Amino acid sequence: MGEPQIWVFIEQRRNVVHDVGLELLGKARELANTGGARVAALLLGDGVLPLADTLISFGADIVLVADHPALEPYRLLPYTQVLAEACRTRQPDIMLFGATSLGVELAPRLAARLKTGLSAHCIDLQLDADGHLLQMVPGWGGGVVATIKTPEHRPQMATVMPGVMQKPQPAPRSGQVIPLTPSEDLDLSGPRVLEVHREEPQELPLETAEVVVAGGFGVGSPEGWKLLEELARLLGGAVGATRPPVDEGWASEEQMIGQSGKTVRPRLYIGVGISGMSHHVVGMDEAEFVVAINTDPKAAIFEVADLAIVGDQREIIPLLLDELRGRVKVS
Amino acid sequence: MERVIVCVKPVPDPKVWDRLRMDPVTKTLIREGIPSVINPLDRHALEAALAIKDVSGAEVVLLSMAPRDARPVLREALAMGADRAVLLSDKAFAGSDTLATALILTEAIRRIGPFDLICCGNYTLDGSTAQVPSQIAEFLGIPNIMHVAHMELEQDKRMVVTQKIEQGYVKLAAEPPLLLSFTKKANKPRFLSFLEILAAEKREISTWTNTDLNLDESRIGLGGSPTKMADMLLREKGRQGLRLEGSPEEIAHQLANKIRQLGFI
Repeated sequence: MGEPQIWVFIEQRRNVVHDVGLELLGKARELANTGGARVAALLLGDGVLPLADTLISFGADIVLVADHPALEPYRLLPYTQVLAEACRTRQPDIMLFGATSLGVELAPRLAARLKTGLSAHCIDLQLDADGHLLQMVPGWGGGVVATIKTPEHRPQMATVMPGVMQKPQPAPRSGQVIPLTPSEDLDLSGPRVLEVHREEPQELPLETAEVVVAGGFGVGSPEGWKLLEELARLLGGAVGATRPPVDEGWASEEQMIGQSGKTVRPRLYIGVGISGMSHHVVGMDEAEFVVAINTDPKAAIFEVADLAIVGDQREIIPLLLDELRGRVKVS
Repeated sequence: MERVIVCVKPVPDPKVWDRLRMDPVTKTLIREGIPSVINPLDRHALEAALAIKDVSGAEVVLLSMAPRDARPVLREALAMGADRAVLLSDKAFAGSDTLATALILTEAIRRIGPFDLICCGNYTLDGSTAQVPSQIAEFLGIPNIMHVAHMELEQDKRMVVTQKIEQGYVKLAAEPPLLLSFTKKANKPRFLSFLEILAAEKREISTWTNTDLNLDESRIGLGGSPTKMADMLLREKGRQGLRLEGSPEEIAHQLANKIRQLGFI
């Protein structure tokens, strides 16, 4: 088969590629350059062939394309079958998936079919001296990091959290496009897709939200407040407040966090225009990861932040919303 | 429906995770003194099974692979309304990765007998791999759906299952036999009174070892797992206090990356 191959599963829905696939192409390229391997992108769908050039420009040497009406929209069983057949024929050394809702359903099913190892939600990947893939996975709510290896089974499979790897800059490159022909007996017996409903996530109760976007007096206006609501909606989270925005009427009493309000324990807290007085901080210091945005470099909130951003949220948040919505589209 | 199997996992109580210590030599976590609770999403899997029992009279069987001292956790699940519980406990199972764990659970499911549905939590709080349910379904040769936010029973055992994805929802038509992984959106687990928990104290739990399952030991446990742990490091607690500076564009870009890295987009 020649050089070992590193495969990257490219997730697409409605011919829109998820960024994580491009990020993984970047990482795979880096691993391939150190280990003398080739990078292949695995692209499944209907009418997806035009995406192949984009994948090559992001680092793929080879694009394996299964273009078939039964592969759109995504269904678990036919996807597993096409990938398993490709793996058995071409024997990749490494296979990477984005840890998206689709990736975390598909990758384990494929690993079980191939009877190989799979690590979940990696935050880093490296090659050791023997060319084994070192898979760094967080555990216990992020309290520990384990290094996992799959010494004997192939392919070595891993899912990687979106946003962990840097998306490479696309560049003019040449590559090979190889069609994969799904077998005649494609397994269509599983659940049938009735409807794909696209919607913005709804707002959640503050106490149970995994993401809390909280605002203080520094938000400055009802218009500024709308940006926080937009950010929270995009992240599937809830909006909280300190006392002043409640007094100003931007937020409701129920949204107040702190001593005289609610206590929140989100996985991600984003504090915007909040000074960081202790009567607010007692309501949020159990948050797992704290981001604070404030124009005042001496704001007390920075003392309790994992990520301290000195800047104007009126500039930063609209740009952040654009970034978070950013996706590569087929022209 | 006649039988629904619910996979449950006892996990260390997340409230006391900051007390977790690592043995510096064996690189294993010292679980001693850390109480176990039922994995929170498994309650939603159980509630879905009990709702089916309420309308169809199906038998609800709990299945768990855990040390024997996890029995109180299973009794609590029995108190919620399950009919019986099977605990898989054997030194030979210890150290199994997801593939080996799925193999063990699959063999136990075969031994329990025919079923219509297997209900799991979408992920567990400890390992969080979310891999085992898909792998059980693959070994059993049945379809599976993850991220279940809603399940509707129709006639002739047919179901409409709503799956949560990043971009919204997917509605799927499915039929048993099937494995579903539930999110907390799916339902509200029923409330238990103290008396109901007490009454479950005496309930029997079948404990099976590998003598019952008779799996080749080269395929299970630490030795039978394709993945090996090479190292484990404890992460520092406390705030990182990183400063992010630059143009608004640069800051927005870095912050977006961080948010994705934390898994929120």
